[in-house]
Order: sequence, then C-alpha cells, then structure tokens
Amino acid sequence: MNPVRLTGRAALRLTRGIGAVTLFTAQGLFGLRSFYLRAFVTQLLQIGWLSLPVVGLTALFTGAALALQIHSGGARFQAGDVVPAIVAIGMVRELGPVLGGLMVAARVASSIAAEIGTMKVTEQIDALVTLSTDPMRWLVTPRLWAGLLTVPLLVGVGDVIGIMGGWLVGTQSLGFTSAAYLSNSWAYLESWDVLSGLIKGAAFGLIVAVSGCWFGMRSGRGAEGVGRATKSAVVAAAVGILAANFLLTGAFFQ
Amino acid sequence: MIETRGLQKSFGAKRVLDGVSLRVGQGESLCVIGQSGTGKSVLLKCILGLVGTDAGQVLWQDQPLTPTRRRAFMARFGMLFQSAALFDSLSVWQNVAFRLRQRLPDAEARAIAIDKLARVGLGPETADLMPAELSGGMAKRAGLARAIADDPAVIFFDEPTTGLDPIRARRINQLIRGIVTETGATAITITHDMGSVRAIGDRVALLQDGRIAWDGPVAAMAEAEPLRGFLGLTEQP
Repeated sequence: MNPVRLTGRAALRLTRGIGAVTLFTAQGLFGLRSFYLRAFVTQLLQIGWLSLPVVGLTALFTGAALALQIHSGGARFQAGDVVPAIVAIGMVRELGPVLGGLMVAARVASSIAAEIGTMKVTEQIDALVTLSTDPMRWLVTPRLWAGLLTVPLLVGVGDVIGIMGGWLVGTQSLGFTSAAYLSNSWAYLESWDVLSGLIKGAAFGLIVAVSGCWFGMRSGRGAEGVGRATKSAVVAAAVGILAANFLLTGAFFQ
Repeated sequence: MIETRGLQKSFGAKRVLDGVSLRVGQGESLCVIGQSGTGKSVLLKCILGLVGTDAGQVLWQDQPLTPTRRRAFMARFGMLFQSAALFDSLSVWQNVAFRLRQRLPDAEARAIAIDKLARVGLGPETADLMPAELSGGMAKRAGLARAIADDPAVIFFDEPTTGLDPIRARRINQLIRGIVTETGATAITITHDMGSVRAIGDRVALLQDGRIAWDGPVAAMAEAEPLRGFLGLTEQP
C-alpha cells in the first residue's frame, strides 16, 4: 500500500484516539451533576492510601541509592559534599514524581482496568445503566478525581521519604552529620522544585486513572479481553507518564 | 404498555434483528424464545437502550421512548441479568438497595432490602455477605430481589434459569411467577428454557432469523407449526 496513505491513516487514527481520550477525560472529570461521594472516598483509599507502602519503599530505596551514586560519582571531581542537595532536588523534581507515578501506574491502572473490565464482561455496567446510574459518573469520575488529588500527596510523602533514604545512607556510611545533611538538603531546595513535582504528580495521577478507566470501559469479552485491557492500561499509563514528564520538565525548567 | 415497531439491528454485515414488532400489555408476561444466537438478548438490550437500534421504535405507554422519557422508563423497571450481575464491591443488601440508597437513608434502604431478600427466600444473614460468597442460585435470587426492590412496573428477565440445576431452575421460575402475579408487573422474559415459558409466560413469541416467527398464548404452543422445530430441539429427552 502507498506509504503516504498508510502514514495518513495512522495520523488520522492517532488524532481520533487523542480526541476520544480527551473527551472521555473531560466527561469523566466534569460529569459532576451527581457526584457519588461514597465511591470517591473508596477510591481515595484505594488509589492513595493503599499505594503509600509501595510508593514509600520505592522512594526510600531510590533516595538511598541516589546518595550512594552521587557520592561515588561526585568524588571523581571532589564534589562529594553535594550529595544532600542533589538527592533533594533529584527526588522532588524528577525521581519522586516519576517513580512514584510509575509505581502507582503498575498498582492502580492495572487494578482499575481489571475491575472495570470484569464489570463490563459480567454485565455489571449494563446493570448500572438499568439502575438509572451513569457508569461514567459512578465508575470514572470518582477514580479520575481520586487519581488527580491523591498522587500529588503520595509524591509529597515520597519526596520526604526519599530524602530520608539519602539522609540514612549519608549519615550511616558517607560520613555526614545529621544536621549538616539536613541543612544542605534544604539550603538548595526552592519552593518551585517542590511545587513542580507535585504538579507532575497530579498529571501522572490523572494519566493513571484515565488509562485504567479507558481500557477497562473498552475491555473485550472474557478473561482474555480483561487481560489485554489490563496490560494496555499499564503500558499506556507508563508511557504516558514518561512522555508527560518530558513535556512538563521542558515547560517548567527550560 | 411496551411495544417495539420494526426494530432493526445489524452487527457488521450480520442483521440480527430484522424488523421486530411486539406488543406487551399491562400486567402481561411475555416470553421471547429462540435458539442461541438469534438475537433474543440483543432485542432486550435494544428495548432497554443498552444497545442502539439501526431502525424502528420502542414505545412505552403508546409514546416513543425519547431520551427524557427513557429516564422515566428506566426508573420504573427492574432487570434480572443472566449472570445476576451483582456488583462485586458491594454487599448483598447494598446491591439490592442500590437504587433506594440514592434517595433513602441507609437504615431504611437496608430494611427494604432485607424484606425483598426474604421475598425471594434469602434470610437476613445473607444481607452482609459479598456476592462472591453466594452460590449460583442465591446470586440469582439476590439479583431478583434487586430487580423488584423499587416495586417496578416492568420487569425484564434475561435467561433467568441459565446455569441452574433443574430443581433450582424450577424454584426460580416459581418465584418469578409469584412475584409477577403478586405485583401485577408487566414481565418480559428472554429464555430458551420451555420450563420457564410454561411457568412464567402468558404469551410466547418465537424469534427466528431476526423476526417474530410466531406469537401467541402459551396454551397454544403445542399446536403452533413454527414452534415444532424449536420445541423438538429443546425438549428431546
């Protein structure tokens, strides 16, 4: 087939897909005419609170490993002292939001897609409609808002835990005193560093929730369809987070 | 009370419904039968608005179902799904009281749910169970309780006895018949189980090749020529 035609078709499909996901997101976020508070609170716990252990552990080990790497790399040009500042800036600007977002994507996008996909194949979504309940409002809206609001909080907590991971390694094996490490951490950290990371967290939370809901609502039939939806949701969320991170970093810091 | 006029629905090149016209009167119980894949469930989903139609109309109380009227219609019907379709994340009473909880306090909704569960033969001890803890028969009963929770004017049953052994199937049929008679609700049942047809139906319609091939009283089934093939297929020993 003509390569120009193929490229054109692919571009059209991509544009249509982006448009459909954008409309889906807008419908999900702003379909607030009847907001299901109970469902929202459940999702706050599911997406936020229950993701805390995995995000916390990821941040702890990442902060600790980052401290070791910077100390070892910095020693080559006598810059080992910058460990606290670089760990803090690296965690709050980049590693906290990205790794936190990716961990939430693995845990939450898969779970949302599997849950909604299973509901679809077992007619539970049809049942919602027959009970005069809009599935978008009952299933999607609470998840999108919960993702948008809880992931920045997770990122904030992850930032603190990550810096503490660096502090642990710095004070236990790199020869920093506790006070020196902490004061160096704060000295070079600006409020925009923290805020930009939290904004990224909100964007990543939305990407995770949209991916899970989108693929769940479009799940195919049977276990295979649900499995495919789950896999697609995680892949889309992870790639979406990395792409959005690049765009947001460019927008914030260039 | 409910009428379809010339409903058409195709999936790709395959025409599943090819001009289905049916009328079900107030308090009447209609069973739609047909072999697997003849579009019985699609017909039901078209009436409920879960699947869009290509052509034709659905009327309720002699008026076409516009989006506004459909909302009113939805509030007046109950539905028992083939798989019961209970919400996994909610307990049995929360499932039964799903619609009620949107306008009543929980305590009141729970009391009605327990009453409806009793109506379908489930004790109050089942109220706090999760759907995964129920057997197939219990899930169907819970689904039936949810269908009647809001005292609907119309109840739809999609393959109510599928997946049940003959004893449980007979019990579900008796329950449905009892509820339909007691409440005076209009009932539309999709089934290929002739036991259900005899127990539940006043009238039966055979869906074949996307059209209604025969429509008449249950008592006249045995003499109906178009039903012979279907009855032969479903009632061989």
